[in-house]
This record gives sequence, C-alpha cells and structure tokens, in this order.
Amino acid sequence: MAFALQVLMNALSLGSLYALAALGIGLLFGVLKLINFAHGDFITVGAYALIVPSAATQATLLIGDFHPLILIPCIVVVVVILALIAEFLVFRPLRNASPATLMIGSFALGFVIQNILIMIYGGRPKAVGIWSDLSLGVELMPGVEVPKLQLIIIGVTLVLMVVLVLFLTKTKYGVHMRAAAEDFRMARMLGIEANRVIMLAVAISGMLAAAVSMLFVVQTGILDFRMGVSLMLFAFIATVIGGMGSLVGAVVGGFAVGAVSILLQTFLPSEMRVFRDVFVFAIVIFILLVRPQGLVMSRASRERV
Amino acid sequence: MEPKSPLGHMVREVWPLIILSVGLLLVVVVIQSFGDRIVSQSLTEGLIRLVVVIGLYIFIGNSGLISFGHIGFMMIGAYATAWQTMDPMTKDIFIPGLPAYLLANSHHWLIATIIGGLIAAIAACISGLAMMRLSGIAASIGTFALFMSFYSLYLQWSTWTAGQSSLVGIPVTTTPWVAFWFCIVAMIGAFVYSRSKFGLALRASREDEVAAKAAGVNVTGERVISFTLSAFFVGMAGGLYGHFLGLLTVDTFYLPMTFITLSMLVVGGMQSLSGAVVGTIVLSFVIELLRKAEKGFSLGETSISLPASSAEVGLGIILLLILIFRPSGFTRNSEIYWPFKPKVAVTEVTHRQS
Repeated sequence: MAFALQVLMNALSLGSLYALAALGIGLLFGVLKLINFAHGDFITVGAYALIVPSAATQATLLIGDFHPLILIPCIVVVVVILALIAEFLVFRPLRNASPATLMIGSFALGFVIQNILIMIYGGRPKAVGIWSDLSLGVELMPGVEVPKLQLIIIGVTLVLMVVLVLFLTKTKYGVHMRAAAEDFRMARMLGIEANRVIMLAVAISGMLAAAVSMLFVVQTGILDFRMGVSLMLFAFIATVIGGMGSLVGAVVGGFAVGAVSILLQTFLPSEMRVFRDVFVFAIVIFILLVRPQGLVMSRASRERV
Repeated sequence: MEPKSPLGHMVREVWPLIILSVGLLLVVVVIQSFGDRIVSQSLTEGLIRLVVVIGLYIFIGNSGLISFGHIGFMMIGAYATAWQTMDPMTKDIFIPGLPAYLLANSHHWLIATIIGGLIAAIAACISGLAMMRLSGIAASIGTFALFMSFYSLYLQWSTWTAGQSSLVGIPVTTTPWVAFWFCIVAMIGAFVYSRSKFGLALRASREDEVAAKAAGVNVTGERVISFTLSAFFVGMAGGLYGHFLGLLTVDTFYLPMTFITLSMLVVGGMQSLSGAVVGTIVLSFVIELLRKAEKGFSLGETSISLPASSAEVGLGIILLLILIFRPSGFTRNSEIYWPFKPKVAVTEVTHRQS
C-alpha cells in the first residue's frame, strides 16, 4: 500500500510536469495549428533567466536571489516576452503557411534559441540550487515519505488547470479563444480579432512554460541548454496521444505518459531500466497506430478534405 | 529547339541530372585544386551531407510529409557499417556484444557500406509499414518518436554501440571522390525514382491524398517504398560518415544533424532534386564561412571573431528567412529547365514542375 502510494505520487508529479508542458503546446496548436517545437526552449530560457548571463562555469543567481513573490512574476514576464517576440518575428509572418512549414519554422526557432543560449551561457550544464529545502521529505502517512516538491508540483498543476478552465469557460476572451480553436475562420467572421486571440494564446502558453521551468529547475537543480527539449518531446507525445487540439486530451496524455514512464521505471528489471525511454516511445508509436486521432477526439484534429 | 535524334531526347529527359552532376563535379574539382587538407575535409563532409539530403528528398520531396527521423537511419547505417569494417581486435575491446561472425570477420568498406544501407532500409521498411498509415502532422511526430527511440536505444545498447562513449578505430576510407561518386549514385537513384511510376503515384498523393486514393494509388504502400529507398541512401551516407570521421558517437546523430540536413533541403526547395543539391551546396558554403568567422579573421589591424555557435544561429536565421520570404526555396521547387526555347511556338505549355 505504502509502495503503491509512493509510485502514485511519483507518477502524478511527473505527469503534472508533462501535462503542463503539453497544455502549452496544445493551446497553440488549437489556435494556430502550430506544432511548437520551440516550446521546450521557452522552458529552458525561463530556467536560465534565474542566473547572471555569463559563460562562467559557476552560476551566480540573479533573479534567482529575489524573494519568491518577485522571482516568479519576473520569470513569467521573461518567458512571455520571449514567446511574444517569437509570435511577432516568426509565427505571424508564417500565419498563412502550411502546418508543415510552420512546424519547420518553430524547429528553426528552437534551434536558434538553443544556440543563442550556448553563445551567452556556454554549453556546459550548471548547477543552480534554489529552494533546495523543498526536496526534503514530508510524511504522508506512516512509512510513506514524499518530497515536499512533489506535492507542490501536483498542487500548482491543479491550480493552474482550474484557473485555465475558468478562464476558458467563464471569461469573454476565454470563450473567444475556444471559438478560434474550433473554427478560426468562422470565429473571425463573427468579429473575433485574430491577432488578439493569438497573442493571448501565445502569452498563456508562455506562462505555462514559465511554470514548468520553475518547477523543473527546482526539481533537478541543473541548468542545461537541452533541458527543455526532453520535456518538450514527452509533452509532444502527450498532446499527440491525447488528441491534437484537445486540451483535455493534452492533460490526459501528459498524465498517461508520466504514469507509463514511472511504471516502467519501477517494474522493469534493472538491466532493462536504461531502455525505459525506448519502451515509452514504442508504446507511443503503438497508440498512434491504434488511435491516430488520439485518445480524446477533437474537431480540430480531423483533417478536412 | 526540340531535339530531333533519340539521343537528343534522352539528353533532354535527364537534363537536370546532367547539369547537377557536372555542376557538382566542377565544385569538387575547384575545391580540390586548393589542395588544402582541411578544405578537402570540409568538402567530404559536405558531400556526405549531400547524400543525406538527397535521401531526405526522396521521401520528403515526393511524399510531402516532413520526416524528423531519417538521421536515426543514418545512425543505424553508420553503426552497421562500422560493425563490419572495424579491426576484429578493436571490436573485442569496445563492442564485445556483437555476434561471433562479426567479431571474427571484417568486410571491405564498400560492401559494408551497401550492407549498412540495406540494414537501414530494412529498419525503415518495418517501421514504415506501421508509421506510414499516419498522415500529415501525426506522421511527422511519429517519425520524431521513432528517431528518439532509435537514439535512446543506441545510447544505452553499449555492448553493440559503445553507448555514451565513442567507438574508435574505424578505418578512414572516405575521400572526397568516394563521397562524390556516392552523391552521383544517390542523384541517379532519386531522379529515376521520382520519374518512375512509384514516384509519380506518391507525388500524386502529395498533391491530393484523397484524389490519389480515389484514382487507385495505394498511398501507404507508396510511402513505405519511398521511406525505405530514402533510408537506404541515408544509411549508406551514415556508413560513409563513420569512415570519414574514423569514430562514431551516438550524439553525432542528434537534433543538430537533423536540423542542418532538413534546413538544406528546405532552403534549396523541398520538392526538387535540384533544390536538394543547390541547398546543400549553398548552405555548406555558408556554414564554412561562419565557422571560419568563429575562429576569427583579421581585418587590417584588428581581428574580428564571431562568438561560438554563430554558425548554428546563422543557419537557423537563414532558414527562417527562407520560410517566410520564399517558402518554396531557392529553386522554387522546380528542376533545372531545358535551356533551349522551341523555334516554333508550341501550344502546349511545357511547365515541368518536379
């Protein structure tokens, strides 16, 4: 029982990170039909913004030294600004291009961001310890101890998801955004301003990326210019198996990928454990084949003839 | 001028191929005449990349699906070739997990490279049978997942691949001319394929999948054929690359390689062989120039150098500019035309878009 709870907590916290990243990707896909390969690099930038820009091997905290109440908004602002710059310089000029072109465009953008990071910060991973006391354990019940951070990750994810749902269903702009995701042309004809909706979606996607980068960097304590890429890959997979364009699907997919990873990690024999990712990807390919439309069907995911 | 003799017709048929081969030959001869060893190494690397890009064109250009997975096949080909050509003594030390036959024998590099390409093709055929049922964006992400699973498999499979360390002791046999001949073979392969009934059927499905299906094209089957063929060339390029570097690491075949080759194809023009060749040549020069600039050059008294990884940033920016301002690439997706205008006005429009 205690063991099961431990595994469950691991799966939930990993799934939360994937789900948050997948939401950021799914949101943009809904509105822009854009597979944002640069999302992972938004996450990376959010983490790097904590330290002083320099190529020194020893990281010096800059924003990371601020009080949490100032720190978090700062990181959010940095990532949102980056996302908006990306929208203006890359996504907007490519607005009418085919999804394939957009995809390559965001791939190029991600590559550029990564290499600019190397240019400024150097290519070596750096240790950065912020809020390291969060990794201390809390006893949930006798014999079950989980890091405080896991609870925080799950909590933050739940709160963000509730806020996002409220925003999408209860506010004017949220309804606009859902309308645009459903049928962009129709939404425009009914008087929804395209640029505003898209900028809002990009900004929210950036906020979600900032949340992921904070949670992730506190968890790992390491800055690496490729840190976002691996997260993004799993998040991608989450959006695809969840069903492209469906936000519920993105969340379901995120938790599913997290659960599968943790289960494989726990129950594979130790010599097979290094091949965990291979199994995860193989399962993904299998799901894609059985249900190419994803676990949760959405209107946007159907390709129109 | 319409050619009159059968030979003339044939020349006209394969005109793009002739121009591209001669052009490439000129590039190689001119660069080789510098006689600089470092320059000639960059040349070899560029030519190997050209084989990869032509391989990518065979699939992406004809099917219209973007594949992020081909560098995985390059890796498979590279390791499969190295398994055959390395000295048995070295194999014992680095990769003792190989089957007994491979541990005891080695093949000539040419045979090994072809077998390496075939193994990559088999891997592509099996995975393609599953993957090619997907369409559009799902197919692209599927190839990405495939790539990542190959990558993490090879990274951990240390008894066969030396895992996270590098596999050394591969004989260095790839000279510029070897790479050049592989380019020519790849170009002929790509050209013949895209004009064969298979290539035409696949291109029909690229333009309109539903209409092609209605006209009796087995879209999945055609895609698998082209996926397999392209993986064959990309796999052979992997073999050449291993025998160019003399060592292999799994990390060589990761996202930067995917990015560079894909951008070469897109910049040149995804849907034409000329685009693949032109894009590779132009971007290779750009990369070399930027790399030079990273090392620094002197301008009168002062020496200027660009910061590290400017080449990558520059490449990314070029790709973005091309995507925004000229999404069909330098060649606008068409092949090099037959240069002679017909003497009499022809009613039929001879717009030959590849």
